[in-house]
This record gives sequence, structure tokens and C-alpha cells, in this order.
Amino acid sequence: MSDLTNLTLAELRDGFRKGDFSAVEVAESFNEAVAGADALNAYVEKTPELAIEAAKAADEARSSVSLKPLSGIPLGMKDLFATEGVLTSAGSKMLGNFKPPYESTVSANLKAAGAGMLGKLNMDEFAMGSSNETCAHGNVISPWRREGSNAGITPGGSSGGSAAAVSARIAPGATGTDTGGSIRQPAAFTGITGIKPTYGRCSRWGIVAFASSLDQAGPMARTVRDCAIMLENMAGFDPKDSTSIDAPVPQWEAGLSSDLKGKRVGVPKEYRIDGTPAEIDALWDQGVEWLRDAGAEPVEISLQHTKYALPTYYILAPAEASSNLARYDGVRYGLRETVEGGGLHDMYKATRSEGFGDEVKRRIMIGTYVLSAGFYDAYFTKAQRVRALIKQDFRKAFERCDMILTPTAPSAAFGLGEKTDPLAMYLNDVFAVPASLAGLPAMSVPGGLDKDGLPLGLHLIGNEMDEQTVLNAGLAIEERAPSIQLPEKWW
Amino acid sequence: MSVTIDQVRHIANLARIQLSDEDAERLLPELNNILDWVEQLGEVDTDGVEPLATVVDQQMRLREDKVTDGDIRDKVLSNAPEPQHGFFGVPKVIE
Repeated sequence: MSDLTNLTLAELRDGFRKGDFSAVEVAESFNEAVAGADALNAYVEKTPELAIEAAKAADEARSSVSLKPLSGIPLGMKDLFATEGVLTSAGSKMLGNFKPPYESTVSANLKAAGAGMLGKLNMDEFAMGSSNETCAHGNVISPWRREGSNAGITPGGSSGGSAAAVSARIAPGATGTDTGGSIRQPAAFTGITGIKPTYGRCSRWGIVAFASSLDQAGPMARTVRDCAIMLENMAGFDPKDSTSIDAPVPQWEAGLSSDLKGKRVGVPKEYRIDGTPAEIDALWDQGVEWLRDAGAEPVEISLQHTKYALPTYYILAPAEASSNLARYDGVRYGLRETVEGGGLHDMYKATRSEGFGDEVKRRIMIGTYVLSAGFYDAYFTKAQRVRALIKQDFRKAFERCDMILTPTAPSAAFGLGEKTDPLAMYLNDVFAVPASLAGLPAMSVPGGLDKDGLPLGLHLIGNEMDEQTVLNAGLAIEERAPSIQLPEKWW
Repeated sequence: MSVTIDQVRHIANLARIQLSDEDAERLLPELNNILDWVEQLGEVDTDGVEPLATVVDQQMRLREDKVTDGDIRDKVLSNAPEPQHGFFGVPKVIE
């Protein structure tokens, strides 16, 4: 039965429809694989019964021809999505016992499309981190290892549990969220595919908030096609999210085509950054050639404020986070710590000091500072102005090209514990953050392996609302890149 | 601009985070490193540029001012650390 876990989401869907196997067989295979993968620490809560329940419904629907788009597919859910009656901890001790009485719109959409849930996936606390070393539930260990080494490797972050689960084949697909690269960087680090759609495509309702003007949900899966299938069933207008885009969801899977004739691919010169390993630049050049081979014409473009994207992000995201995380005060949900004889103020402080980890506290502190009287204009408003310039750079660039190609991350996955300086960790998002600030759709697809045998990703950025071009270019790369063998089970 | 240890304590107080002296000492250089680094935004000429708060190019939607949800008190309180008599319980506020 375990061979079912090797199939892609599309193969599972189609095989189930043809009658090659039942949905319950699929769910059982994955439940078994999940149960045997504790060493990766990818799941923080397993829900095998929910996977089986959805599978039974799918098997019944198959006989009554009322199949739904994701009937027969079990999925992993990042622990940032509120799931009714099931632990939703956002990777934090603060929400260590939180069971929402409601369901996030994205997870509800997937459920309504017939998908089952295998469990909740580990992540950096409140999605703040690039390595899954800030989780209250302990680090996620990537199924990947450097050649000839058993040292633990990070799966990236913050959607590291999702990335590890898909690459270890303990989920055929998983939800992720991306604020400054949290889908794309872990996808690149684990040899899988992930897309962040245009800001507003997926409802943020019921997703634990980090930085509201940037947060966006998206799928992580083995192939471009699988991402298209999942995204179609996650996206859609939601009146409960004031930033939700009121537009129909395109049929991205049906629109897939790797013929890029007549398309221009922009190569931004500012993304050539000193200190980037030669193999990353070489992969980037190779990616341009693959797209040229698919019919696209490369053009050099300029995104002149690229250098300022990271500092802009590290003002805006902590500022929004400090505001969003003010709700964790010990009153309505989550942890409460009281002080003997203390009042309300003491309770707030004790609760927040106990409930938040170091990285979250650091960002709340930065955010509180940049929003405080006297500094608001110098930092926050200034960053919002630079953000406008970054968006304008992209707008101009898309007058000259249809998509932009860059590397996803400046390195392959690093070892757990190897990066200890917070600033050095932030620099890991250098290629991913600009598209987040501009709200553009962006995707990482596997491009090859580095000298240690670890995966490297290529990054495609598209114009607003144009996920289709991003997916199509992703498919063109996927068809040409050497196919990546996912790691053999050692866990 | 760099922050002093007293400012770190002040920010922590505003953020309702309790810091030990040791925490404050550890955070001081970390925060200053990050703040020094974001200072580079000063190089960018942003005169006449409108601050961008949201990337979604659409009008804010209004909805009818009526209750669409409700009568779920027990659900709302289901995760409260100390609900009392159908309310959120908190430590005594008024002496």
C-alpha cells in the first residue's frame, strides 16, 4: 500500500476516479506514513480519523457520481489555519491549547472540495522564522541530508512542516502561508513546488495573523500541476476578509501550458548579489535557458529598489505583527499567567513573557519601537513610501516582460543550529521578499541540486492576478530541469 | 539611531513583555543591529511618494449594518482561560 504515497496529487485523484484504488486505501497509506515519521517532527497534531472520514465520503460519492474536485485526496494543514475543534497553535506556546470553534475559509474551501485532513503541520512560531527553529513544538527536521552526513538540515520556514511533509511523502500536498517567502523558501529547500498567489486571492479569514498586509495562503506540493489543482480549491472571494479580491477563480489546471512563445522573461540585474554562491547564479542562468527553450525571450530588467526590500519588510512586518499580536493578553483565549496579588497589567506581562518565544518577542519589540511616538514617521511611514517605490518598480518591469525569473534563496538549506544571528537569518529571504511587498504571485520550482546534493529552487514572479503565466513558466522549468529524487526514508 | 537599555525596558513595557535584566542586555545589541541595518532606507528619496498601506487596488467594501452572526456565547467563551458567569474573567481591576 505504501506505494500510493509516492503518487502525485493529480495521480491520486485520477487513479481514484478510475477505480485503481479506493480513497480509504489512500488515506490509510498516508495515515500509516504519518504515524511512522515522528522523527521529522512535521506534524504537531495528527487527525487520521478526519482523513478516513473524508475518504469514506469520497468512496461513497464515487458510486453516486457526485465527486468533488479533491475527492480522495488527504492533505496536511499548516498549523496557522484555524480548524474547527482541532488544535490550532500557530507553533506557539501561547496557543498551546487553542481549539477554534470555527474553520478558516481556506481550510473550509478545501474540505468543501472533498479533501481530508491528515493533521496540523509544524511551523515557526506565528510564522516568524526561516528555518523552523522557533517552533514551540521543537524543530522540524528536513527529510533531506547532505551527502555523506547525518546532520539535521532545516526544511526552511515558516511553512517548514508543510515542506518536510510533502518531500517526505507523508502528505501529497499541504497548505502554507507566505508573508515574506514562507512558502517559497521552504519549497526550494526541500525540492518541492509552492506558489504564493496574488495578495487577496486566498481569504485570510481564520488564518492566525502575522502581518496582515503581506500574509497570503498558498499550496505546497510535488508538482506545478498539483499546486494549480490545490490553489483552485483554496482561492476565492470571501466577504469576511476585507482585502479579499472579488474576482472569479480561473481554471489554472485546465490552462496549464508550457509553451511560452511570445512571452518575455525579465531577468532583474539587481538580483545579482555579491556573495551569492556561484552554483546559484549558474542555476539561474540555466533557468533562463530553459525558459528560452520553451519559447520565451529573455530581457534584462531593472528593479532598482531591490536592495531596500528587506529593510522595508523588517519594519513593516514587525510593526503589523506587534499590532496583531496585541490580542494575546490572556483574557479571551490561549495561555494565561497570573502573578500572586498582581493586577491586569501584571497578567498581560506575565502571559506574554511566558507565551512568546525569543524571535516573536524580538519582532514585537522592533514593531513596538517603529510604531512608537516620535519614530512612527521615520520608520513606519518611510517604509510604506519605499514599499510604494518597490511596487512601482515591478509595475514598470511588467511593461517590458510577462514574468520574472530569479533564484528562490541565496543558498541551499542550511544545517539546524548553523545560523544564530537574527539578521543573517533575515537575509535568507532576500529574493522572496520584494514580490511579497508588491503583492504579486510568485512560485518556487525545483531546479537542481547543489554540490552537497541538496535541492535548489528557481523563483518566478508574475504580474498581478496572472498566476497562470507563473504556473506555465513553472511547468516549462519542471519539464526541463533534472527530476529530483525525493529522499529515501531514513526516519 | 540606537536604543539604550532604558529604552529597551520602555519598549518592553509598551509591548507588555516582562524582561529580566539579562534579557534586556541580550536584546540591546540585537535590536540595535537590526535598527542600524534598516537605517539604510534613509538613502532612498521618497519625497512626494504616497505611503502604500495595501496592495489591493479596490474600494473598501461596506456591508449592511446588521447582525449576521450571534447567539454563540458558549462558543466564544470555549477557549477562555477563566470564564465566569458567562463572561471573560480577569483579575480584579478596581480596588
